[in-house]
Amino acid sequence: MNMKKSFKNMRKSTRRSFITYGFVIIAFIILQIMNGMGMLSFSLQGMLVPICAYVVMAVSLNLTVGILGELSLGHAGFMSVGAFTGVTAAMALQTAIPFAPLRLAVGMAVGAVFAAVVGFLIGIPVLRLKGDYLAIVTLAFGEIIKTIFTNLYVGVDQNGLHIRLLKNLSDLAEDGTMIVRGPMGMGGVAKISTFTAGFVLVMISLVVVFNLVNSRAGRAIMSIRDNRIAAESIGLHVTKYKMMAFVVSASLAGAAGALFAMNYSTIVASKFDFNTSILVLVFVVLGGLGNMLGSIIAAALLTILPEALRSFADYRMLVYAIVLILVMLATNNPTLRAWIDQLQKAVTGKRKKEAA
Amino acid sequence: MKKFCSILLALALVLSLAACGGNNGGSGDTGSGSSTSGDSGSGDSGSGSGSTGGFKIGGTGPLTGDASIYGIAVRNGAQIAVDEINAQGGIQFDLKYEDDAHDAEKAVNAYNALKSWGMQISMSSVTSTPAEATSTMNFEDRIFGLTPSASSVATTQGKDNVFQMCFIDPAQGTMAAHSIADNNLGSKIAVIWKNDDVYSVGIYETFMEEAAKVGLEVVSDTNFNNATSTDFSVQIADAQKNGADLVFLPMYYQPASQILAQAVSAGFTPKWFGVDGMDGILTMEGFDTAMAEGIMLQTPFNASSDDPATKAFVEEYQSRFGEVPNQFAANAYDCVYAYKQALENAGATPDMTAEELCGLMIEQFTTMTFDGITGTGATWSAEGAVSKQPTVVVIQDGAYVGLN
Amino acid sequence: MSFLNFLISGISLGSIYAIIALGYTMVYGIAKMLNFAHGDVIMVGAYICFFAVSSYGLPPVVGVVAAMAVCTVLGIVVERLAYKPLRQAPSLAVLITAIGVSYFLQNGAQLLWTSSPKVFPNIFAQKGADGAMKSSFTLFDGQLNISYVAVVAIIACVVIMAGLTLFTGYTKMGKAMRACSEDKGAAQLMGINVDGTISLTFAIGSGLAAVAGVLLCAAYPNLVPTTGSMPGIKAFTAAVFGGIGSIPGALLGGLLLGVIQIFTQAYISMELADAVVFGVLIVVLLVRPAGLLGKQIREKV
Repeated sequence: MNMKKSFKNMRKSTRRSFITYGFVIIAFIILQIMNGMGMLSFSLQGMLVPICAYVVMAVSLNLTVGILGELSLGHAGFMSVGAFTGVTAAMALQTAIPFAPLRLAVGMAVGAVFAAVVGFLIGIPVLRLKGDYLAIVTLAFGEIIKTIFTNLYVGVDQNGLHIRLLKNLSDLAEDGTMIVRGPMGMGGVAKISTFTAGFVLVMISLVVVFNLVNSRAGRAIMSIRDNRIAAESIGLHVTKYKMMAFVVSASLAGAAGALFAMNYSTIVASKFDFNTSILVLVFVVLGGLGNMLGSIIAAALLTILPEALRSFADYRMLVYAIVLILVMLATNNPTLRAWIDQLQKAVTGKRKKEAA
Repeated sequence: MKKFCSILLALALVLSLAACGGNNGGSGDTGSGSSTSGDSGSGDSGSGSGSTGGFKIGGTGPLTGDASIYGIAVRNGAQIAVDEINAQGGIQFDLKYEDDAHDAEKAVNAYNALKSWGMQISMSSVTSTPAEATSTMNFEDRIFGLTPSASSVATTQGKDNVFQMCFIDPAQGTMAAHSIADNNLGSKIAVIWKNDDVYSVGIYETFMEEAAKVGLEVVSDTNFNNATSTDFSVQIADAQKNGADLVFLPMYYQPASQILAQAVSAGFTPKWFGVDGMDGILTMEGFDTAMAEGIMLQTPFNASSDDPATKAFVEEYQSRFGEVPNQFAANAYDCVYAYKQALENAGATPDMTAEELCGLMIEQFTTMTFDGITGTGATWSAEGAVSKQPTVVVIQDGAYVGLN
Repeated sequence: MSFLNFLISGISLGSIYAIIALGYTMVYGIAKMLNFAHGDVIMVGAYICFFAVSSYGLPPVVGVVAAMAVCTVLGIVVERLAYKPLRQAPSLAVLITAIGVSYFLQNGAQLLWTSSPKVFPNIFAQKGADGAMKSSFTLFDGQLNISYVAVVAIIACVVIMAGLTLFTGYTKMGKAMRACSEDKGAAQLMGINVDGTISLTFAIGSGLAAVAGVLLCAAYPNLVPTTGSMPGIKAFTAAVFGGIGSIPGALLGGLLLGVIQIFTQAYISMELADAVVFGVLIVVLLVRPAGLLGKQIREKV
């Protein structure tokens, strides 16, 4: 009873973050049990890791779009940076770290660091712009990253890493392995990503994001979103806080990219294109701007949806498009919204009466 | 409001999870073979054949998006073969194709959906990048795979149970360099390749190596990618400026038709040399076949051939789908017949598990010889690469004619 | 001479981008939304013209008119069904809906018309001196090669641009459009039918998309359900380049984008052409944050 009371008296934001943690943990436990009992279909089993990766992508993009209030159309670019650097690190350390989970962790960390660096470099020009112009520049950077990785050749031998742009490696020793093969992407990737690792990454990103949002810096970031001029006038260092959110967002996306890439034996740069960025943006918008739990659920749901629609055969993607449009129309319909609000009021009103 | 939305979303999630799990719960076990569970007939992608209690063949391919011409052709070709075989009354097949949208992630999802359905033998994936991902799954799950068209080396590399019906990319590059050199087709060669396509890059790289070995002079080496695949003026001008008399186009027929049209417009008329992906160019709706006059290409399949089996296939395909089949459809057709032959030889029955069938198929495919519409006397190496006679044909008056 | 040839290719490609960009820019200027389905309207237009000319044997002019008619209706219907209910919703919701519409059109086209590529007829070819149909003519002893489509594209682009400038500047409806783009509420108070004006904008934008589709496919004759998506993104970039919302900006942005793309391929790097194009865009936006000809709005404090 006491616990319940203290939960109720918590600050609203803290309570919401605890609900989110709880949801993720419970979902993880349920899925693990179901998996252990063989209740999950192969499709769902195969989707667990990508769902985790997309959840982290959605949460991190929500930090940029929902909390910072800047539209980014190139988020897949950071995922790409994380995927390529993370896999390269993991493959180069294949013999040095035989323990796969540790290698995966190192890979994700490397991916996160590189994505953060790229995020910082991109942030310098990007964050000087506003609105749709900022959006188009993020799109441009996403495409540039894609083009560069499409033409990158990386190999490893006893002399260390060899990196070349545009030309295939000619100086790789006989026993060396090619890691990134230009347009052919990365092949022969060791599939070391696991659902548990994905879960841990989701939890880490939630902790990072919630702690940032509920901190002094987070409040500064949100004040910039709501009114930049007012924030500036009280002496907030706008660029610093914007950059902070942007870099954190990028690094989480990088870790997600590494997780995602190491779930497949092959990965190509063109996977992380404009369409993937848009896909993640759809998760964020559907889940609600600034609402992390919403992002998590929307990411999981929309990753499963196309698979659940397989019985529509050829009409699958058409149905997916219609569902997407209808959901957007329904969630933004004024009458429906008023109706939901009323319903909510009725429910909470009743509860209040009962309490009295 | 936000809370309510979240609850709504959560509910939907739980429901869809339940739906997903429930759908596949009935036939969860791989290779249980007997398809008594009622859901196997529902939702098969237009295969039209219900549960026949036959071998379950599954494959993934792009049925939507940019590359869907290839996926749909493969599915159609395989379906014709399955229907023919089932009508004969001997071995029975159940075919199911799932969409992978030419993407490794979705291909793995599609593969898993097929596994839930109870796939016993697989047609792997149609395109190379997805096939690289799904063939790894084939290898891990011990489900035999025979891809009609994924031609990259990585598809079969290191996997003892994944085989190809098409030529591997390096073989195409080598063959192209040799046929150009042996037949003295050109002295100054230009190459235009597609920079973000695994197929094109694979052929291009070996062609360049091999061209240097056989002493071909490559005077112009240009490329394009998906985002720049509309305007080819620069590539054509480069070949023209350097006096190329033969242009090698290692790519599929769609961009190739663009290049041909723009070359005509630029007044550039070299000899053209293509690869098997070029097959299909003559049957593009609205294509002026005069533009393709004199193109040489290597193809295992000739839709206008007099061979009775080919004729019957082409007629059936046209009457059902209203199009002339390309080599993708033909390779898929052959895949199913190769499976039929191998399963009959091995005396396999549909109640065997995928793993048992896998062992039998490896044995058969490394030893048997197969005659199909994409070449006779086909044999496979232990690495899974096919060896059959490619024919270099030249297009004359809108039809293929043997070069020699 | 090759320099001039590349310049002409670039301008021809650029003028097609420019016509598509006009559609983006007009819709953005008035509805303040990024209509990502615009590229797919181009594809629909091209298909209509293709079937009119190739399958029904109608003259090209009729094909173009039919394509324009269908696309105009399509634009209005899409606006009514998918965008109008979201007029009060946050702009991101509209953006996602537009993406949904784009998926819908692409997949619908695939189901209706299959994904087998269609080769678009060269409807601008002219009879040459020898009686054969020629798709291009040469100047300076054959050193300079210009295709008829390029000429038509450039002329069409200039005519459309001029027409739109006159329309928005001097007609009643055009003025209503400008009023709506400045301030919808005030426009409504002045008795302007805002919904009607937005519909009109979509109608014009979609009609232009049909023209762009025909020109695009006549110049680069390959038609598949995804034909519109790449040029759509490029044209969107072009619109931002020139300053989104500005009609002359779309023209300038489109032309520059086309020329930069071709020149990069010719003189810098084929593989990195896209990276260079987008790199230039970034530099331009850093120097002029609202695009080349965009209005630099001063913030009110």
